[in-house]
Amino acid sequence: MKNGIIRKKRKINSMTTREKILGAVLKNQPATTALPDITMFRGDNNDLVKKYMDVFKTIGGTAFLVEDIEAMKTLINESFDTAKRTVTTLPGLSESFELISATADPHTYDDVELAIIKAHFSVAENGAVWLTEEVMGQRIIPYICQHLAVVINADDIIPTLHEAYEKVGAGDYGFGGFIGGPSKTADIEQALVLGAHGPLTMTVFIMNNQHALF
Amino acid sequence: MSQAKTKDHATLAGAFIKDEERVDWHDGALWYIREKRDIASKQIPEWEDLREAASQIKSHVISNLHEYLLQFEENLKKNGIIVHWADSAEEHNEIVYSILKAKEINQMVKSKSMLTEECGLNEYLEERGIEVVNSDLGEYIQQIDNEPPSHIVLPCIHKRKEEIGELFHEHLGTEKGLSDPTLLTRVARKHLRNIFLTRRGALTGVNFAVAETGEYVVCTNEGNADMGAHLSEVQIASMGLEKLIPQKNHLGIFLRLLARSATGQPITIYSSHYRKPRKGQEMHLILVDAGRTRQLGRADFRDSLKCIKCGACMNTCPVYRKSGGLSYHNTITGPIGAILAPNLDMRKHADLPYASTLCGSCSNVCPVKINIHEQLYKWRQEIVKEGYATKAKSLGMKTMAWTLSSPGKFTTAGKAGRWFLDKVPFVVNNKFNPWYKQRDMPEAPKESFEEWYNKKEKKD
Amino acid sequence: MTVGLFIPCYVNQFYPNAAKATLELLQKFGVNVVYPIKQTCCGQPMANSGFEYLSQDCNEIIIENFSGFDYVVGPSASCVLHIKEHLHSEKNEKQAASIRTKIYELVEFLTDVLKVEKLDAAFPHKVGLHHSCHGLRGLHLSQMSELNAPPFSKPQHLLNMVKGLEQITLDRLDECCGFGGAFCVTEEAVSVKMGKDRVTDHTKNGAEYITSSDLSCLMHLEGILHRNKSSVKIIHIAEILNATV
Repeated sequence: MKNGIIRKKRKINSMTTREKILGAVLKNQPATTALPDITMFRGDNNDLVKKYMDVFKTIGGTAFLVEDIEAMKTLINESFDTAKRTVTTLPGLSESFELISATADPHTYDDVELAIIKAHFSVAENGAVWLTEEVMGQRIIPYICQHLAVVINADDIIPTLHEAYEKVGAGDYGFGGFIGGPSKTADIEQALVLGAHGPLTMTVFIMNNQHALF
Repeated sequence: MSQAKTKDHATLAGAFIKDEERVDWHDGALWYIREKRDIASKQIPEWEDLREAASQIKSHVISNLHEYLLQFEENLKKNGIIVHWADSAEEHNEIVYSILKAKEINQMVKSKSMLTEECGLNEYLEERGIEVVNSDLGEYIQQIDNEPPSHIVLPCIHKRKEEIGELFHEHLGTEKGLSDPTLLTRVARKHLRNIFLTRRGALTGVNFAVAETGEYVVCTNEGNADMGAHLSEVQIASMGLEKLIPQKNHLGIFLRLLARSATGQPITIYSSHYRKPRKGQEMHLILVDAGRTRQLGRADFRDSLKCIKCGACMNTCPVYRKSGGLSYHNTITGPIGAILAPNLDMRKHADLPYASTLCGSCSNVCPVKINIHEQLYKWRQEIVKEGYATKAKSLGMKTMAWTLSSPGKFTTAGKAGRWFLDKVPFVVNNKFNPWYKQRDMPEAPKESFEEWYNKKEKKD
Repeated sequence: MTVGLFIPCYVNQFYPNAAKATLELLQKFGVNVVYPIKQTCCGQPMANSGFEYLSQDCNEIIIENFSGFDYVVGPSASCVLHIKEHLHSEKNEKQAASIRTKIYELVEFLTDVLKVEKLDAAFPHKVGLHHSCHGLRGLHLSQMSELNAPPFSKPQHLLNMVKGLEQITLDRLDECCGFGGAFCVTEEAVSVKMGKDRVTDHTKNGAEYITSSDLSCLMHLEGILHRNKSSVKIIHIAEILNATV
């Protein structure tokens, strides 16, 4: 069996669907209007650490400002049951915890209790961190673990999504995502429940001394 | 799908409203979300400028859609994503089926996609032996209850927790009478986790598709799209043509507006950017028309294609809040549904543009500034023109127009109306007069303003 | 300045006191008011039902009555808005265009044209202000609660000048009352539920009177108040602004 499409391209009056749709779009679209200038949208750089931590707490996350990796290790051991399977991408934690394999079958990470990974940066206005596949270890990690811990540098907190996309640029990742707190749902009578299908909790460690991290 | 005649909005709303306690609860829940949206929007001083920018970006997209579709397709292919085009709902469903069949997949997990709901995908696949599980909690609940979602963001907002508990008892074996939302969610978490881990096929919707880079963004709070996608061998994304945005940096505008408008959150918990298949995984994207190019051709209504599916219009609409989404007999409900649906089937949905007082609140909360209330008015003119107004209404309107066409006829009619109200009110105050069912008629004054004025002029 | 007085069809027939108050109020400010006697209707009931094409006769009557005035003023936001947005004529488009720029609802005429800063009025009661949707989102008589924009309110500005009047605060500032034209009978259940909820908002916050620029809304609310034997009354804003002890 061939990979890819085995289905014949459907032809309508000897035109493919693609041609039909593109033809209809070209015929029906109105006269062009201009794109607006959006360069004036930006945030301010004041108190970014405080802003970030305040917002992250209101969305149900836990944030710690730490001086170094040792301080973080202590908090991790205090906050989580590290006897259960704990995985990480951080070389500085590789003695204590299992390093994530980029090539392992994602299903084998089903029993991960805690994942400790780093993010590229975080956004003060909404509490989200930005991660790509590269820093996740592999794509499934930040979603499948029961508890997620993310490490960022204090210097890498930026005001709004406008600055975020400037930083991300076109990007070269196969997968990237903003993650803004523990998974949640309010589908049952609008009662907020933390922990839907993704992690039950999310903790962010903000590394104050950027040299201490990696 | 059953072909029985659809009850109209007024009838369905009337049934919903009979349970006044439930209506008050439903209305209060949605108004609370509107209030959260207000708080979030007022925390951003440049909020109205963001709306304007988003509106202009989307106008630019729909006026250059041909070019952006080509650019998007080219970039998708460079990224290793297999592209399909579907003219109709049926063709879309066929494509999904053939992708799964090629891999001998007969179980699929699906995250929220209103488009696939519109296409009737689940039923189509089930009829052909492919099981589909909706992984979004609200959509899962609606699926096991065999009921469509009533709101595009909050699928079971109309259900009480006791009803959900009863469904879980029946389908998941929970204890009878259990209705605590946290406990019910934990049960669903466990059940759906097993689904994620065992399904080789996953389907997601698309919130935004970036032409510039050939990637698409999926926004959830539950993490269900990612759980399904990253554990799948075959990942399919179904997308309406209008979901395109030109540039990557435009996401800053739209993601700042989307969650705040929808629920008052600064951002959804997960905003996942899918660009290339995982190693060993196949990724497909289906571009779907299904009536969108026809709407694109309607000068008065094409701006409805700017919609980013936030649901803010539903949360603010007093008619929606007090009649429930299921009264709209369409996948997309509420005010935006009322301007999209007549394009799909004008006969079936001729009542929807009339399910509104034209109050205009929807247009004000719309993050892309769609002139919803003006389009509702225009759809009414179109529906009458195409002959879908009821005979009774047409006759009533023509009589009214005749009466008001001359001052003499109007004065006579007014005087007669007041005389009847005063002398023989039962002619008007009876069960054939819908006004009279729950309201008193206005009192009939002795003389009209015109009569008073004429008398005064004669005296002076 | 000469003002043509536009009295909507149902105000003429069922609420003449509001029309009288409008006339008297304008005259108090020295305005020369003329009431063309051959008025019928602005055509909104047909147009809003999808039968705009049937409202041409109404348009012609308006043009015939109101060309040539400095301003046209009417005590109904909804009718004034309709004329502003939909008055057209194949034969007399120039006059139609002129009227569209000259027509004002009473409140906005007092604040924007006459620039009234004080009123010799007294109304010692608790009053709930109902923002009719056409007045609010159509004519921008007040700031809309959905927008992130500075607050203002023309009707409130005028009510503040009335001695003894106490304005109540509502839970929901500007939710629609549910009248909606033909909607009030074609979607009777929803219409009444919306009206009942608005009435409850006013009564639980202590209103003795509910006022508005739109008697269509007030007529609908009054129908519900009377059916429920409430002591709360409706009153057009013109009658408050024209009230003396």
